[in-house]
Amino acid sequence: MTVQDVDGQPGGGASPDGSGPVEFISILDAAGGPLQHGGASVEGAFRDLNLDRIVAAAVAGREQYDLAPFFAAPIVDAGTAAWRHAVFHDLERPALRAAVEQFAAGMARCREALAVADKLYYALQKQFWHHEAARHYCETLRALACDLDAAAPQSPGFRALGRHVAALAGAYDFRVLEDEIAAIGSALLDIRYETVVHGDRVTVRRYDGAEDYSAAVERMFDKFKLGAVRDYRVKFPENRQMDHVEAAVLDLVARLFPDAFARLAAFARDHADFIAPSIARFEREIQFCLCWLALMERARSAGLSFCYPQLSPDDHAEDSRDGYDLGLALKLIAEGKPVVTNDYALSGAERIIVVSGPNQGGKTTFARAFGQLHYFAGLGLPVPGSAARLLLVDAVHTHFEREEDLSNLRGKLEDDLVRIHDILGRTTARSVVVLSEIFNSTTLDDQVLLSTRVLDRVMESGALCTCVSFIDELASMGAATFSMVSTVVPDRPAERTFKVVRRKADGLAYAMSLAEKHGLTTARLNERLSA
Amino acid sequence: MKAHLIDRDRDFDPEAPLPDEAAEVAQDLELDTVLDAMGGGDAFLRDMARAVLLARPRPDAGAVRYRQAVLADCLAQPDTVRSVYALAIEALEAERKNYFGAFGAHPGSILHHSVEVLKMFEGVLRHLRDIAREAAPGFRSEGFLTFFHMLETELDDAYLAGIDHHLAELHFNAGVVISAGLGEGGRGHDLVLRTPRESDRRWLAWLLAPHVESYSFQIAPRDEQGARDLSELRDRGLNLVANAAGQACDHIKSFLTQIRREIGFYLACANLHATLRAAGVPLAMPEVAAATEPGFACRGLCDTALAQRMKGAPVGNDVAALAQRLVIVTGANRGGKSTFLRSLCQAQLMLQAGMFVAADSFRAALCDGLFTHFKREEDAGMKSGKFDEELVRMSAIVDRIGPRSLVLFNESFAATNEREGSQVAAQIVGSLLGHGIRVVFVTHLYDFAHRYELKADGATTFLRAGRNEDGSRSYRLYEGPPLATSYAADLYAKVFGTA
Repeated sequence: MTVQDVDGQPGGGASPDGSGPVEFISILDAAGGPLQHGGASVEGAFRDLNLDRIVAAAVAGREQYDLAPFFAAPIVDAGTAAWRHAVFHDLERPALRAAVEQFAAGMARCREALAVADKLYYALQKQFWHHEAARHYCETLRALACDLDAAAPQSPGFRALGRHVAALAGAYDFRVLEDEIAAIGSALLDIRYETVVHGDRVTVRRYDGAEDYSAAVERMFDKFKLGAVRDYRVKFPENRQMDHVEAAVLDLVARLFPDAFARLAAFARDHADFIAPSIARFEREIQFCLCWLALMERARSAGLSFCYPQLSPDDHAEDSRDGYDLGLALKLIAEGKPVVTNDYALSGAERIIVVSGPNQGGKTTFARAFGQLHYFAGLGLPVPGSAARLLLVDAVHTHFEREEDLSNLRGKLEDDLVRIHDILGRTTARSVVVLSEIFNSTTLDDQVLLSTRVLDRVMESGALCTCVSFIDELASMGAATFSMVSTVVPDRPAERTFKVVRRKADGLAYAMSLAEKHGLTTARLNERLSA
Repeated sequence: MKAHLIDRDRDFDPEAPLPDEAAEVAQDLELDTVLDAMGGGDAFLRDMARAVLLARPRPDAGAVRYRQAVLADCLAQPDTVRSVYALAIEALEAERKNYFGAFGAHPGSILHHSVEVLKMFEGVLRHLRDIAREAAPGFRSEGFLTFFHMLETELDDAYLAGIDHHLAELHFNAGVVISAGLGEGGRGHDLVLRTPRESDRRWLAWLLAPHVESYSFQIAPRDEQGARDLSELRDRGLNLVANAAGQACDHIKSFLTQIRREIGFYLACANLHATLRAAGVPLAMPEVAAATEPGFACRGLCDTALAQRMKGAPVGNDVAALAQRLVIVTGANRGGKSTFLRSLCQAQLMLQAGMFVAADSFRAALCDGLFTHFKREEDAGMKSGKFDEELVRMSAIVDRIGPRSLVLFNESFAATNEREGSQVAAQIVGSLLGHGIRVVFVTHLYDFAHRYELKADGATTFLRAGRNEDGSRSYRLYEGPPLATSYAADLYAKVFGTA
């Protein structure tokens, strides 16, 4: 039986004594269907919005979980977004977060032990590691059941998980498994044997309580003890792989203690697969949440905000505060540099933001942040910024200038048009389009013409759009467009603030200062060229 | 096993940090000259002497008498003491030559090396014990008697035989027995080397022993990897015992080092003793003053450094100030004031070190810290900076000083006008005295000295650098109140030859 407890009402779908439905599919989604790759627009967004870098940073160190597909599968319904927000809210509570982190760490130990068992050569060693892995699994699951119960999660996702894990851990089979693991563990722990190395002969026998000879030698000279002395112990490399002699000794130990070893072998045979599929799925999916939380914490520790966006499937009025390009922010945080945040708002008929201003002034960064905001909101994730009210979009389409094709200008223009045509064909009133410096490969007149035409089409579609362009006219094409500009410090025009503010485009007012900065004024050029 | 010839209750640590003021004190007292004589060309002896003399003093009369007695034995039985010292050095030298870098070595080789050194040490210890047995009757001091007794009882025949036994066992002729449990992944864990069973040692015992279930295998003769693996297993088993043997070497080495250090100090004392006696300098074992006597008294107290330089006995001073915690010295320039201050400070250090002093007699209270605040000759051109510097140094002393300390001032706070200097000096000295600290102050600050004279409370002893009838300096101090005039005119006359 499958139960989807999506409404989050207390007791919804489950009886209060825990005897209710215990099936559980996914922590990310009530329905738990397969991940749907977002297609071409996702590929474009990964490249143009630097999502590839952000995702790489997010999944770093978690490669074994193959998390990238989660980032490439946008959701489209508000219900799933709400489900995920609730899961994240729960995860931001320390008790539940700790429980989940512990679960993740425990499962990682279990997986590592399994990997070792798989890699090792000697059968007995494999059995030891298999037993070790099962022990980690049982301890981890038992702890999760306990911790989830204590943490009293609020989200439907975690509540369903809690019921499921409680049922798993309470099941008779699981208890038998735990007991067998413990019994084998203590039987093995009790074993003490002696190895006698005499010439090239090795003898193995039970330990009978003989004196610690090193201690006897130490005692003999104890009376001379004065202050600290050097440590003469040699450090031996700790391989997991046994050498032949060790393996041969272990075989003989198994003969000396046949009962314990027989049990160990039987366990490996009878419990080859002990991880419940639902737990394996949760193990992977929760890593998607944890890796995003880790990024959020990195940003927050640098004074930046993350927020839960208020999402609407049809309201085009938007408001975002203190947003930023997460990819750039991660880089700047790592370098210890400050990150500039920006606000924007769309109201009424406004759909298109035209961003202009000095080069290197933060225009493209703003556009990227705009695209990322919608993309991550569309994954049901918390997003950069202190507050956000956003359209839940069906796709984020991007078209950024590509530098690689400069060798063939005509070809490039044609490529650009083909791509934009593709994008516009897929754009709906629920899409976001991010355009940056399009048609740079043609003449100014052509650029104005083509850009105007394209924006007209975007306007017709009703999609939201940010367009980076130095063509001022674009900002005054109608009620749907408005202008934002990157700014400079008023009395030091050569210094850029990276602040992008809503203001009428003021043409080339800052061009001279930037030229000065880069040594491109007439005077500076004369100097440099005559040098 | 402890040498404990310097302190009854602790090991002498020549590397212990000296008090912060030590370097300054050594400089002000010209201690290098004294230390050179004590070393007699041996840097090690000089280092030991320096470490004892400049260590933070302990106000413990018993500790002082303990050392005095050991020193007396050293002076009375030089041959025995030197033979013990020579034995320690010989063993340490032999060990040093045998030393090899244990880093990266195998437990097997560490063990082999250690057993060799332990064999050598065993012989040295036996010899040491025999010397102690023979010489003990001639010694009187608690320190030496305890030391000799310890050697005799701790290194008795049974113990030395025990060492022999272990050194033989450490060749592991019966094989290496290692106990273990099952660790991670079934690997041997908690490896402990075990004493072999009787049945491992002898075939007969093996035949007679009740059957023990055991299984064996053998490495094939050409199985080189197997041989390496087996050798690693053996090494893992030997690791701890090799460590124990290596550390046993270190322990015995440190015991011998300790003997060398502690006796080394007394040999340094003996060197100085011989030098001064040859120069005709009076030498006496000083006395610790009674608890009711905060000050000092001396007869014929000489500057040891000066005596060493002159190769003769300088003018000595007699002072009786046992009841006074403040001594103010005034009087003629170059009249012996600084020399007296140095001699007093040296004597205090030597007393607390348990040494003899260069005097007919010396008796003083013990202190827990000794500080000097001497006029510095450098940067004389910068008056204000110099006064500031003096106050900085004074402040540093105040940071470190304890309630039973002794502070010696030499023309301090004179880098300003007399009134201000006196004011500052009086306030500082008043506070020090108020906290039980002893002060000896050499000064030209008449105003300052006169203030204490006016008190007339008997708590201050006034000394004055005197002059002979003909105006020439006697370099001897007399008890006497400060005079408003100095003797600069005399000194001028002497230097310029216009008497």
